[in-house]
Amino acid sequence: MSAANWGQLGLLVITLAVICPLLGRYLAAVFGDGPAPGDRWLGRIERRVLRWCRVDPDAEQHWKAYAASVLAFSATAIVALYGLQRLQGLLPLNPDDQSAVGAATAWNTAVSFVTNTNWQSYAGESTMSHLTQMAGLAVQNFVSAAAGIAVAVALVRGLVRSRSNTIGNFWVDLTRTVTRVLLPIAALAAIVLGASGVVQNLSGQRIVTTVEGATQSIPGGPIASQVAIKQLGTNGGGFLNANSAHPFENPTTFTNFLHLVLILAIPFALAFAFGRLAGDRRQGWVVAAAMATLLAVGIGITTWAETSPNPQLTAAGADQLGTSDQSAGSMEGKEVRFGTAGCALYAPITTGTSTGAVDCAHDSMSPAGGGAALFSILLGEVSPGGVGSGLYGMLVFVLLAVFIAGLMVGRTPEYLGKRIQAAEVKLVVLYILFVPFAVLVFSAISIVSRFGLEGLLNQGPHGLSEMVYAFASAGNNNGSAFGGLTVTNTWYETTLGLSMLIGRFTLMVPVLAIAGSLGRKQKVPASAGTFPTGTPLFAGLLVGVVVIVVGLTYFPVLALGPLVEHLGL
Amino acid sequence: MRRQFVPAVAMMLAFTVLCGLLYPLAITGLAQIGFSGAANGSIAERDGQAIGSTLLGQPFSEPGYFWPRPSAAGDGYDGAASGASNLGPSNPELAKQVRTRAAAYRSANGLASDALVPADAVTASGSGLDPHISIANARLQAERVAEERGLDVAAVRTLIDANTDGRALGLLGEPGVNVLQLNLALDAAG
Repeated sequence: MSAANWGQLGLLVITLAVICPLLGRYLAAVFGDGPAPGDRWLGRIERRVLRWCRVDPDAEQHWKAYAASVLAFSATAIVALYGLQRLQGLLPLNPDDQSAVGAATAWNTAVSFVTNTNWQSYAGESTMSHLTQMAGLAVQNFVSAAAGIAVAVALVRGLVRSRSNTIGNFWVDLTRTVTRVLLPIAALAAIVLGASGVVQNLSGQRIVTTVEGATQSIPGGPIASQVAIKQLGTNGGGFLNANSAHPFENPTTFTNFLHLVLILAIPFALAFAFGRLAGDRRQGWVVAAAMATLLAVGIGITTWAETSPNPQLTAAGADQLGTSDQSAGSMEGKEVRFGTAGCALYAPITTGTSTGAVDCAHDSMSPAGGGAALFSILLGEVSPGGVGSGLYGMLVFVLLAVFIAGLMVGRTPEYLGKRIQAAEVKLVVLYILFVPFAVLVFSAISIVSRFGLEGLLNQGPHGLSEMVYAFASAGNNNGSAFGGLTVTNTWYETTLGLSMLIGRFTLMVPVLAIAGSLGRKQKVPASAGTFPTGTPLFAGLLVGVVVIVVGLTYFPVLALGPLVEHLGL
Repeated sequence: MRRQFVPAVAMMLAFTVLCGLLYPLAITGLAQIGFSGAANGSIAERDGQAIGSTLLGQPFSEPGYFWPRPSAAGDGYDGAASGASNLGPSNPELAKQVRTRAAAYRSANGLASDALVPADAVTASGSGLDPHISIANARLQAERVAEERGLDVAAVRTLIDANTDGRALGLLGEPGVNVLQLNLALDAAG
């Protein structure tokens, strides 16, 4: 890694260290009970729209009503997005004459964008009309992100409140997240991206004659407005097939940096917002520190792996030594402007946040680098995780860590003054078991079936990684892929769609149930026997619990995939 | 549960208008007024004719031009089919492709038969539309291009430097030589 690469990493850390605590303070104001910036004029419009939508903005919901709202909204969104894709051929803003999306792909894509996964079994430039992209997919980029944040905020309310039957109002949380947080930041980012070369028009493909007389089509579309929210909302679905490797989504080294800042801003800021809402900022620091530790390890491993040469390519005649004139390591699937170190920075960040946008082809990464990307998805998206889902995922691990610590010292576990009892621990266990079940069972069936194997591009251990990566990505709502796997047959479209639904809703409902259960409890004052959770020791325990739970679940399959491939290279 | 569907449908409608129409159309309007060149694909022109985008690589195979990286987009640099090869690091097909490309690169540029070739010259990019090649790759092609055009190698090297996009802020990403802009500059130089 060159000095400039270290500088790039340092600048990212500094930028986030400045932005995230400030944004966290703002988020705490938006979701707290006191006044928030923008109340005077935005608040009035929000209340009018909510009333028009038959929502009483002053009424709070029981956790069951909150969950019912999440589910009803998501179901409506899936139907709407499915319908839009199927009807796009008849609708305006379709300059490239895209016909209706096929039924299986439309179902898979609708589920994918509503669950904040943004797994894509299609190529954007040859499948989706501009109307589908902006009024369908981009809308879900906003509202699926907002729904995730809403659920996280509801969980925090459950932890913080005492003897409360309600955990907030989903519709109010959803609206305020869009109007106060996502839309303003995305608009600003879209303008900066557009000025830097990301395309933003409503044109179709433009055919030009190249210098040597061939023809080339130059794609058009409202790309900058979509890229901004795809990163900010940790969605990750590209307007174009090559996603953030495509020069029209990510043209320069500066836009690449901006992508990374946008991806990480809200997930880390939410940890700080949590600390403020809990009235004990150290609790927020502990969560952020655990997230950052896991991410730092991922960046370290990936950077080492990607900047090391691939011995098979050296034998074939490729010079992979890093100099001032070229970057170190294999360039297959990577762009010159980002280099191997840029890929190694982007991959752990996009897989650790449930974003899934890629600036290099993950399938062609080294076994250890691709394996690290897979592992950070399997962590359950908590390093720092998706917007909202990262915070509630990490808080579930916090409850588990508190429970384990309680077992070790033989006392009833407590967190923020709330007793963690059998009801909560059962829900935590449910949360942790659903996704591995889907990932491992669907992968296992794929490995032994013709319809599973026919999609593979690469054979041997890498083929296994390709398959497991697909179900891990769908089940943890990440959305990135080992792109060699062809997933357009009915088996993959259906089971990956199911994995995404499981990864979203069978986790959100237990989280809201935990929120409801904790919210009803009375706070107990801390005593000498209370395990302190605002300390570096607890952050260490938390990281250990995350790694051990995931390690025990997935180690066999990681050993047979990435590890075997690494040793055999 | 059924009661929830009235607000669900109404909110979906409201957000579609706000985030799906107003937002992208407002950004499009601002972009077209403020920076229409960047917002319309950074089109490169010669004699008033559009001949590509400075952000997208395009195929070059004549010896008097610098050659871009191998591409997995369609049949190569297909702007309607961006994408990577997705070949895994241990896939024998990848090593085979690299071997073939390295042999062709060596013979075109007069390198020794066992010389190592810059990695970017023998591997496909993630987008299939990478507009850049590494500086090392460009320097190795300079002699061939200079000879073919009857130019001084030093003059070609100067053009390489002039068409190298550096790191933003001196820190971000990696430097790269923009192949289309370099080749246009060569044509302009004669």
